[in-house]
Amino acid sequence: MALFDLRLQEIHNQLTSKELSVGELVDASYRRIAETDSSIQAFLTLNEDGARAAAAELDKQLQDGGERGLLFGLPAGIKDNIVTEGLLTTCASQFLRNYDPIYNATVVQKLSAAQSVTIGKLNMDEFAMGGSNENSSFYPTRNPWNTDYVPGGSSGGSAASVAAGQVYFSLGSDTGGSIRQPAAYCGIVGLKPTYGLVSRFGLVAFASSLDQIGPLTKNVEDSAYVLQAIAGYDGMDSTSANVEIPDYVSALSGDVKGLRIGVPKEYLGQGIDPKVKEAVLAALQQFESLGATWDEVSLPHTEYAVATYYLLASSEASSNLARFDGVRYGVRAEDPDSLIELYRKSRSQGFGDEVKRRIMLGTYALSSGYYDAFYLKAQKVRTLIKQDFDNVFQNYDIIVGPTAPTAAFRIGEQVGDPLTMYLNDICTIPVSLAGVPAISIPCGFADGLPVGLQIIGKAFDERTVLRAAHAFEQHTDHHKQRPQL
Amino acid sequence: MLEPNKYETVVGLEVHVELHTKSKIFCGCSTSFGAPPNTHTCPICLGHPGVLPVLNRQALEFAMKAAMALNCQIADVSKFDRKNYFYPDSPKAYQISQFDQPIGEHGWLDIEVNGQTKRIGITRLHLEEDAGKLTHVDGGYASLVDFNRVGTPLVEIVSEPDIRTPEEAKAYLEKLKAIMLYCEVSDVKMEEGSLRCDANVSLRPFGQEKFGTRAELKNMNSFRGVQRGLEYEQIRQADILDSGGIVVQETRRWDEAQGKTFTMRSKEEAHDYRYFPDPDLVRMYIDEEWKTRVRASIPELPDARKARYTSELGLSSYDAEVITASKKLADFFEESLGYTKDAKSVANWIMGDLLGYLNSGNLELADVKITGQGLGEMIGLMEKGTISSKIAKTVFKEMLESGKLPQQIVEEQGLVQISDEGAIAAVVDTIVTANPQSVEDFKAGKEKAIGFLVGQVMKETKGKANPALVNKLLLERLNQ
Amino acid sequence: MSITVKDVEHVANLARLELSEQEKEQFTGQLNAILKYAEKLNELDTDGVDPTSHVLPVTNVMRDDVVRDSVTLETALRNAPDEEDGQFKVPAVLE
Repeated sequence: MALFDLRLQEIHNQLTSKELSVGELVDASYRRIAETDSSIQAFLTLNEDGARAAAAELDKQLQDGGERGLLFGLPAGIKDNIVTEGLLTTCASQFLRNYDPIYNATVVQKLSAAQSVTIGKLNMDEFAMGGSNENSSFYPTRNPWNTDYVPGGSSGGSAASVAAGQVYFSLGSDTGGSIRQPAAYCGIVGLKPTYGLVSRFGLVAFASSLDQIGPLTKNVEDSAYVLQAIAGYDGMDSTSANVEIPDYVSALSGDVKGLRIGVPKEYLGQGIDPKVKEAVLAALQQFESLGATWDEVSLPHTEYAVATYYLLASSEASSNLARFDGVRYGVRAEDPDSLIELYRKSRSQGFGDEVKRRIMLGTYALSSGYYDAFYLKAQKVRTLIKQDFDNVFQNYDIIVGPTAPTAAFRIGEQVGDPLTMYLNDICTIPVSLAGVPAISIPCGFADGLPVGLQIIGKAFDERTVLRAAHAFEQHTDHHKQRPQL
Repeated sequence: MLEPNKYETVVGLEVHVELHTKSKIFCGCSTSFGAPPNTHTCPICLGHPGVLPVLNRQALEFAMKAAMALNCQIADVSKFDRKNYFYPDSPKAYQISQFDQPIGEHGWLDIEVNGQTKRIGITRLHLEEDAGKLTHVDGGYASLVDFNRVGTPLVEIVSEPDIRTPEEAKAYLEKLKAIMLYCEVSDVKMEEGSLRCDANVSLRPFGQEKFGTRAELKNMNSFRGVQRGLEYEQIRQADILDSGGIVVQETRRWDEAQGKTFTMRSKEEAHDYRYFPDPDLVRMYIDEEWKTRVRASIPELPDARKARYTSELGLSSYDAEVITASKKLADFFEESLGYTKDAKSVANWIMGDLLGYLNSGNLELADVKITGQGLGEMIGLMEKGTISSKIAKTVFKEMLESGKLPQQIVEEQGLVQISDEGAIAAVVDTIVTANPQSVEDFKAGKEKAIGFLVGQVMKETKGKANPALVNKLLLERLNQ
Repeated sequence: MSITVKDVEHVANLARLELSEQEKEQFTGQLNAILKYAEKLNELDTDGVDPTSHVLPVTNVMRDDVVRDSVTLETALRNAPDEEDGQFKVPAVLE
């Protein structure tokens, strides 16, 4: 059994009994990266000196005794749109290829308090725009299960590095499915918390009203631990929820008797791969055998979610990405003749195609004369989509369906067809628009590639989501499958 | 030429006032003026990737207070919007401002021009963040950006097009400044840029209801500049209209040195700001309890004070206007009244000696040390006859410089008036004996001679003798 | 409603993007396809529906007016592409 397949508690026991040191954990991480990352390409920047220094500190603390952080000594990867002071943060964009942050994101401070060790920064679609990691402006991350396939995105590096055993866990960000979909494609667990549960301070904004940071892990228990470490109110984020943080790990009772599950017919309809549908139906049987009940339900505005999302997210992005102007940081075009040249050339050279496309779409949707028809209309439809979820949650505890309509696709297969690519997110986008939590867990395979099951909960009811996911995991072994690398 | 009674000028003003909170509107950096460039900055106000704004409560309450003082209706629900445009002084390439739900709307203020009171409507007051500062270098080929000022809270106050003359515009600005100072929400120093003004100007033939095409005037850096810019623009537009031309809707820049306005950008080049609600900030619900609490913090405003000074204290309308134009001066006036009942006398000293001194030295009240208590007590000493009006001038001058109280000055410098009849009589005796010629003149009916004798007595007593007593004793002595 | 190359040029100018002729053509086609897809939303009657800007019912989030440490000048300028006299340098601002 690989070191990172040990449960968190086992690792902590071995650290206590001195069978294992943090230094060895960090060594194992870099060794695995050296072995596998030339084919996976999950990392953009490694923090080797910093990680080894941190490991030495933690090992010293082990000798001295004393209180240990929740994630003590665990090697962690961080998506490259989460700001790390003194460690390059590029968002996989040429524009930020030299950006040396002058502060830390709140989640990075929280990880530091929980005493995990940052191994490096993970590849992604540029500025989190994309679902395949093909939009990284450096190199695409590959799926550990088959390196001809995409790992999903935009947190593709975060998912692939956990699946490939390079790190114990990673952080990703999810705007329309960017944690859940790559977790599904890479056969691991990805949790998008309720909007507002985890601080966005230091997450480079894509679409502010949708972005959330969350954990990618090999199993549900680890997901609960990492969430415990990063959740909580932050005075630096006005949209942070001032709620009491419950104990997530204690929710993992294994018991789902009487749990009421709604299964939206819209998620199993047109466009779904039959093998994905089969895996989801098998999962529902599994839940039934554990004492839960399920019914088909309807989220009638699902078909409008993708359009709504692309208008809202692109509009917000067009404004959020305006700060990348080449004045204060980032890569400035050489020898601009004038200020307007400086802006135009720096931005055009710094941004990739997909980023430009979304900036264009968003700028258009907000421009004079079109605001009501596009942005305002989309905000209203968002209300209807949210109401769909409110209605179902009046009678059901969780909503279950596929994370994505298909398993991973081949690299290059969907390039040049943005709309088809956008429709891959049909099952994750409505959840993001409603702001509710959802987890993707492995539930089988389609042609040798992992399939993800999405479990959606009520706002701030991560406990129920985790409990259901954990109970399923206890009675299946999909999550124990490892890619051959 | 601007022919009288041909065109009516229509002016609306947009005024930006910096609120003097301690920290910036969306981050904890200091707002203090004059620090070395970029030393009052942080990732948030520099617009680094990933940062988020959190609203300064004091900035919102100052904006509410200003809106209330301008008789605005305060929004029950308000929000922030992003105003998107690229400019190097705007680090996020959008300004956090307010679009359709400003803090205050439908207000007004009264101005006084040529003895007439006129009400100017205020369309709206909203809260936003200030931009950084640009300076030009390399012979105009490059600009440097200092972000210290970025994020200083601002209110933008938009007037109705109710202003008809450059004088009214100046009076409006002066009243607005006074109200902001009374509310203590801003120190309103135009030279530090804490009050800035743009103007919309158009002309229409007298009697026509429809507004003419307007020009937007920018870069007027003083009240005087606003007045001059408007005067210039009036003539420019009248000339165009007189020659059968059409005024173009455009933005024009006032050049103070040349005394002219120049085209900045046409209507076609106008910005498309793409306003939308800022998703990083949440709505503000302002309930009645909150409004009441903020309203209670607004002091008596200049108009109310002026009315009280004229009706209750008997000041002239002019004196009351001058004294209430500055809160500090009005507070000084009222402080004095704690030490003397003679309001008119206090007003006379302020209007004459105090303002004369300040104006001649181009000083502000804060630059001199005299206190309201000092002036009040000094007048009290005059009332009691402890000092003469002549001595009072000396005491006043000393108070300006040292800030000491009059009693102390009088004691230290031995300025107490001699009211001891015996002592004065002795001096009178000496003077009369020493000046037989003057005594003769007086007795011969030359009334003027007594003036000389009084002067001699005062000189002998170094000005400290009670003049009334000197007069009385001298007459008694001469008429013996 | 259909977007022309001219619209694309206007939007690119607002967004301060410089597009090649080929990009303009490509974006015109792709934006048209996406916006045509977005017209789907017009099937829905949204009269009287409140727009959602925030999914969370959070309001009145404010901080106290307290000054916190700024960063050092060195830190503020650390990533500056061009600087002079402790300030960020750009080509002249011309109005």
